[in-house]
Amino acid sequence: MQHGKYRFIVGFLAAPLALYALFVIWPFIQSIYYSLTDWSGLSPEFGFVGFDNYSRMLDDEIFWKSLQHSLTLAVVLPLVTVGLALFFAFMLNVGGRRRRGAAIAGVRGSAFYKIVYFFPQVLSIAIVALLFQFAYNPNSGAINSALKLVGLGSIQPDWLGDPDLALICVMAVLVWSTVGFFVVLFSAGMASIPRDFYEAALLDGASRFTTFFKITLPLLWDTVQSGWIYMGILALGAESFAVVQIMTVGPNGGGPDYSTVVLPLYVYQKAFRDGQAAYATTIGVALLLVTLAFAAVVMKLGRRERLEF
Amino acid sequence: MGSTSAQTNEGLGRRDLIKRSAAIGLISVPTMGFLSACASGSGDGNAKVEKGTKSDKNPLGVNESAPLDFVLFDGGFGQQYAKDAIKVYETNYPKAKVKFTPTQKITTELQPRFNGGNPPDLIDNSGAEQMDMGVLVGQKQLTDLTALLDAASVDDPNKKVRDTLRPGIIEMGQFDGAPVWVLYYAYTVYGVWYSQKLLDSLDAKYPETWDEMLAVCEKAKKKGIAGWTYAGKHPYYLPFSLYPMIGKVGGREVLDAIDNLEPKAWEHPAVKACFEAYYELYRKGYILKGTPGLDHIQSQTAWTEGKALFIPNGSWVENEAAKTMPADFDLAVSAPSGLDASDKMPFGTMWASGGEPFIVPAKAANPEGGMEQLRIMLSEASSKNFTQSVKSLSAFNGGTDGIELTPGLKSGVAALEKAGQNVVNPRLQDWYVALQKEKIGVAGIGEMMAGRATPAETIKKIQKFADEAAQDSSIKHYKHQ
Repeated sequence: MQHGKYRFIVGFLAAPLALYALFVIWPFIQSIYYSLTDWSGLSPEFGFVGFDNYSRMLDDEIFWKSLQHSLTLAVVLPLVTVGLALFFAFMLNVGGRRRRGAAIAGVRGSAFYKIVYFFPQVLSIAIVALLFQFAYNPNSGAINSALKLVGLGSIQPDWLGDPDLALICVMAVLVWSTVGFFVVLFSAGMASIPRDFYEAALLDGASRFTTFFKITLPLLWDTVQSGWIYMGILALGAESFAVVQIMTVGPNGGGPDYSTVVLPLYVYQKAFRDGQAAYATTIGVALLLVTLAFAAVVMKLGRRERLEF
Repeated sequence: MGSTSAQTNEGLGRRDLIKRSAAIGLISVPTMGFLSACASGSGDGNAKVEKGTKSDKNPLGVNESAPLDFVLFDGGFGQQYAKDAIKVYETNYPKAKVKFTPTQKITTELQPRFNGGNPPDLIDNSGAEQMDMGVLVGQKQLTDLTALLDAASVDDPNKKVRDTLRPGIIEMGQFDGAPVWVLYYAYTVYGVWYSQKLLDSLDAKYPETWDEMLAVCEKAKKKGIAGWTYAGKHPYYLPFSLYPMIGKVGGREVLDAIDNLEPKAWEHPAVKACFEAYYELYRKGYILKGTPGLDHIQSQTAWTEGKALFIPNGSWVENEAAKTMPADFDLAVSAPSGLDASDKMPFGTMWASGGEPFIVPAKAANPEGGMEQLRIMLSEASSKNFTQSVKSLSAFNGGTDGIELTPGLKSGVAALEKAGQNVVNPRLQDWYVALQKEKIGVAGIGEMMAGRATPAETIKKIQKFADEAAQDSSIKHYKHQ
């Protein structure tokens, strides 16, 4: 049995590992290297400057602002999205009144709602951002028009033009566009929870509230945790960049008075607008650390005993 | 072999497997490093083509059979004018083949080519993805265009190209010292744009002082029209009328000091007076409601719909807003209003300068071809073609005789004539893009005009931004000569 097992394993793993190293690990190492240079991104020549970029970053007010916004997104977005999705999924699968003899059922029309929730997932994030940009238009946008329609014409916020509201507006769009995915994910998870658990709970006279916290959530914990990390990384990375870049004020986005600038956007601006590619990679390294720290914290906080059923 | 347990002694546990594969990964990383080290940072660059022989018809000595690689920003001016000029090049040099690439993604397409050392021969470096000119110059990536400026012009062999250009064009292409790195092909008139018809219907003249401005706005407000609107999401449009006003009130030196990032430049009384004048527009409610949340197209549309009287903008607005502009709009531009009679410069002082920056990269294979193509574009015929088709002036001085000008263009030409020597040319927006657009524009003036900061606070904030930029060693600094 044992004979040749190492050769077997090496043979199996060499190719994928090489690919992984080339396309995942190596770019990381490369960008760490570039962050120690003064590369502009516009010419092949550059010099080695040591940790200059890092000390500059620590003094950079806008870096701190974007870090703060990215962290806000990473904390608030998963909390709101996953929370909402859990609520919706529970109502769609378990929360309905008993009817037609079925012990466990969703609310009336749940199949339809599931499609409605999932619908934004089909749209590209760029289209979603554009749509909402029009909706947020303070002059003729859907939201202010709706306010006027219901007699709230005196409340006409500038939405994306107001530094106090801009980041919230951006977050609302991200929640809207991702919550459906998690509803479907959690629905699938709930479907695999044995029905007898619920039936037993019902027989004992448990309320919906108790059922959710004592049965659904503990049994769904693994899925919730993956969803949580996935959403956090989404909030730290590509999705937040796209929404901020397309929707918010400024030459390349970033909001009035830097109110929505996030780390990936700042990387983009430094690399492709200001011709400071080396500094951009420095911020990229910071983003990498933040993302790793986020995943580590969530894993640590979320560690629970695994339930078998 | 247990499927989930690492405790069993026979067979390899999952945990072991992971540990060992991680070790392999660690070894393979440096190995791969060696392999791909060769891949990056080894631009061999273009081989330059051989020069041709100089002649009267070919003053730059273009290699007549060398291919030309031309990348154009396909923006507000479209690409037809360049295509027409390429036809002339191909007629003059039938053996040469021109590779023409119109794009809106200048940086995305060209940054890798600059990094690889094989950039094209001629670039219109414009649009939202414009490469930072200050950085390109600082990194020595551009060809000095002095040879082109000293070559004979297409129309008159006794006249050099430099003598056919509008005032200020050559200076704009210089960064420090004599070399000319950039040639701006379009000529943009900045100022306060309005509908003459709407102004007439209010029974008003264009205001020359700020008291008159406030009076006109009050009149408009009574009729339910806002005085001003602007690109609230891009508040760096406001300087198009605000900076020349500062120049008019305090003199050119104030603007030069600002461009040179001198300490306390923004604390000059003229800056304060102009900021307060603009803030007054907000305070008295003369700004169209919701303006801070509008982008340039949305604000221009509100303005063409007659919801606001004035908008600070550049001469591209005629082409850009053509779709929503009523036929009888009677577009006009004026130099900004001043404060009062004590201003240092007369009414008419305005901002006009080059647009559409063309560059020839230092590592281009055929730099003479790139310059020759520019020389053709600066001929009277090509320039007229440009003006006629895109409603903008070009860098070629004159060339408007005999063609019918649109209302906005005509008004721009008249305003330029009225300005005479009193044309100012603030350089912040091409020297320090981030400072001008994002810091002064969005975070400074934009916040003030939305009513979220007072002029005094704004000036303090902007002065701090300017001081930071002056001390930032990662930015190349320039000064007015």
